[in-house]
Amino acid sequence: MLTDMIGQPLDYYLAVGLTHYLVVSAALFCMGVFVMSTKRNAIGILIGVELVLNAVNLNLVAFSRYHAHSRLDGQIMALFIIVLAAAGAAVGVAIAMNYYKNHSSIDVDRGAQLQG
Amino acid sequence: MSDSFSTTRPIGSHRFAAVLMVVMFLANTARAWAGETGVPQAESGMLEAVFFYVFAAGALFSGLMICAGKNVIRMAVWLFFVLGSVAMLYFLLGANFLAVIQFIVYAGGILILLIFGVMLTNRSPWVRLDIKPREVAIAAAVGLVLMVTLVGMITVTDWPEEMAVADGLTVAEIGRGLLTTYLVPFEVVSVLLLVVMIGAAYLARQES
Repeated sequence: MLTDMIGQPLDYYLAVGLTHYLVVSAALFCMGVFVMSTKRNAIGILIGVELVLNAVNLNLVAFSRYHAHSRLDGQIMALFIIVLAAAGAAVGVAIAMNYYKNHSSIDVDRGAQLQG
Repeated sequence: MSDSFSTTRPIGSHRFAAVLMVVMFLANTARAWAGETGVPQAESGMLEAVFFYVFAAGALFSGLMICAGKNVIRMAVWLFFVLGSVAMLYFLLGANFLAVIQFIVYAGGILILLIFGVMLTNRSPWVRLDIKPREVAIAAAVGLVLMVTLVGMITVTDWPEEMAVADGLTVAEIGRGLLTTYLVPFEVVSVLLLVVMIGAAYLARQES
């Protein structure tokens, strides 16, 4: 568990392995989730989405590095995810601009027309 | 106000870019040098560890600043540092091509798009939209629980740690892979990009 990572000999921390990258990626993912759920600005939510996608990419690249047989699979999937992130950001900003035109604000809490 | 804007010196993005390139160069050569010149394993591992911790700390600190940020422009700038640090981690993982693409597409494209979005959708770029402290507390609790669960799972699992061969020839192999093994997803993604381009232009157009 978490406590296993504390108080190990120095070599444990210096030998950077798959686990280290996965922990960084998990932290980035959680920050992205937090940003997505706390920002009311639509662009802020998009920034959170980018954080989450970066965490996923870091995961994929780390796995493709630390797995002897699938050298490039992870990297190519990460490439596709970068493309999808760009597409998502473009559509997201377009929607945000449209939303701003209709509401004169970018506050996502005001968009309640579809609420049942 | 406008006077103070015109008289202040530009931030010097070219200087920043130069520093960035030097850091990229150092990170990459350090890895190559440690790998090729017969440096003992422990020493090269230590070099890699130092770079890893520097960039991981940079990514996590910038991510925390995004979480704490109130101002969207500042959040976007911190996002740039997250993207740069993650690109450096890609370099350390031997994914040179992906790191460069990360800089070009994310830092050069998506970030500029986001900042333009902020500029176009705010009367003033310094508008603040605050949420209730209770909601922040709930979101932080959810994030922390998720974090503890994920890190616990990662540390408990016994990952196989065989390193793939890193020879720095990934660009050619990725190009070949995109046109052979991954041809179908490549085509699907390119059609998707076309659709997205038309869709975004349609959504954001001015009504006449």
